[in-house]
Amino acid sequence: MARRRLDLTFPPRQATKAITYHLVKDFDLVPNILRAQIQPAQEGRMLLELTGSAEQFEAGVAFLRAEGIGVREAASDICLDDERCVVCGLCTAVCRPGALTLAEGTAELVFDKDKCVYCEACVVACPRRAVTLRF
Amino acid sequence: MAKSWEEINARIAAGEAVVMTAEEFGVLAADEGVSAAARTVDVVTTGTFGPMCSSGAFLNFGHSDPPIKMGAITLNDVPASGGLAAVDTYLGATEPSVTRGIEYGGAHVIEDLLRGRAVRLKATGPGTDCYPRTEIDTYVTLDDLNQAYLFNPRNCYQNYAVAVNSGDRALYTYLGTLLPRFANATYSSAGALSPLLNDPTYRTIGVGTRCFVAGAPGYVAWEGTQHNPNQERDENGVPVGPAGTLAFIADLKHASHEFFSAATFERYGVSAFVGIGIPIPVLDEDLAATLALTDADLSATVFDYGVQRRSRPALGRVTYAELRSGQIEIEGRPIPTGPISSLPVARRIAAELKRWIAEYRFTLTPPLQPLPQPGSQGVKPLEIRSEEAI
Repeated sequence: MARRRLDLTFPPRQATKAITYHLVKDFDLVPNILRAQIQPAQEGRMLLELTGSAEQFEAGVAFLRAEGIGVREAASDICLDDERCVVCGLCTAVCRPGALTLAEGTAELVFDKDKCVYCEACVVACPRRAVTLRF
Repeated sequence: MAKSWEEINARIAAGEAVVMTAEEFGVLAADEGVSAAARTVDVVTTGTFGPMCSSGAFLNFGHSDPPIKMGAITLNDVPASGGLAAVDTYLGATEPSVTRGIEYGGAHVIEDLLRGRAVRLKATGPGTDCYPRTEIDTYVTLDDLNQAYLFNPRNCYQNYAVAVNSGDRALYTYLGTLLPRFANATYSSAGALSPLLNDPTYRTIGVGTRCFVAGAPGYVAWEGTQHNPNQERDENGVPVGPAGTLAFIADLKHASHEFFSAATFERYGVSAFVGIGIPIPVLDEDLAATLALTDADLSATVFDYGVQRRSRPALGRVTYAELRSGQIEIEGRPIPTGPISSLPVARRIAAELKRWIAEYRFTLTPPLQPLPQPGSQGVKPLEIRSEEAI
């Protein structure tokens, strides 16, 4: 069994298709939607964790691509560059899962990796470009 | 109880002054009362480290042989003003690179100079009898420059807005990414450590005030642009929204990249985190009362940036203590908060200034000229007029 995280991009016309249903029924994959923003007639994005055998995973990914969905491996690690970080705290304002927070009292940055869903919101928000992804 | 500037400076010179940061003073005043704290403490240090777009540096490159009257100047591909004398320029912090856009701008050039890195200077000239050269392409470091000084027309805002977004799409602003449907709130102030919140009516801070500017000893040069002492104030006389501002001057050669850090705000532009610290003499109990205010006593107004007009609707007022708790409540709705101004660095600046006073006998300068006071001026809007309407 393998567990992998995928970053899916849905073209506008695809946004209503029941993708996760097919991944379960046709490929026996266990999906876990970490984050999704999908609206009719707009490009959508989903951060999806899939658990299953290697063969099923490959077949599932092939199915997604055939459906016109952009598939790329999601980041597996987030790196904070302490030398660049000025601890402004702006990343905490966009971190919905609460993985990045400021410690009470000291206001120093705390990163709880277990809560991170690799949505990359902090990467974009960081004015110091101190947050990078590792794949 | 009243102390004069001269008495306080004499104590600093003798190494006897009692100096505390604004946070420490708040604790002391809560424990022992404002009167006792005012008697004990001579100077309170403040600090702030947030994005301050209206910043930049005047540079003089020296003359090449043959010399050039520089126009179309770029530093690491970031345009700088050619509208001064032959080899003088002003580099604005927010100017984006012509090749890399907002990922690298004037602020990044200044940070690179502060880090000791060589910066590529390119310019063209018209070729005149006294300045025959028409092109130059070379590298300069901070040490090579004759003069390099920060001149920041607007820093150190006295309070600021809290930003939320009622709209249904994310907004990319100078206050960071505002998530749709009130999903977050951002704010930018050092709160109880903020220089102008500690001296809300500018009694001790004015033109000529010696202070900490980006790690260097510098001065308040003038009122900052859009200085607005007429902003609404609370019962302590402290503004509840963006009010006073200050312009600063300081030698870039004595500044530090630790306290001048370039920033890129996604889909907004370039800015710079600038560190400012101002020492405030504890002249009397009135001043001590505002110096003693804590984050729980200071508040800011929440504005809806989802309404993209000059006047955005105000949705209420929250204290800095609430903002720092990580969540505020607006119209019954809990909203997670995040700052954009660094509290840890603001604390370091206030502590550093305290050290300057103790170790270097950094004395205080009374204002040579006061800042415009409450009641004197507001901020004028820019009206869009046609030629016929003039």
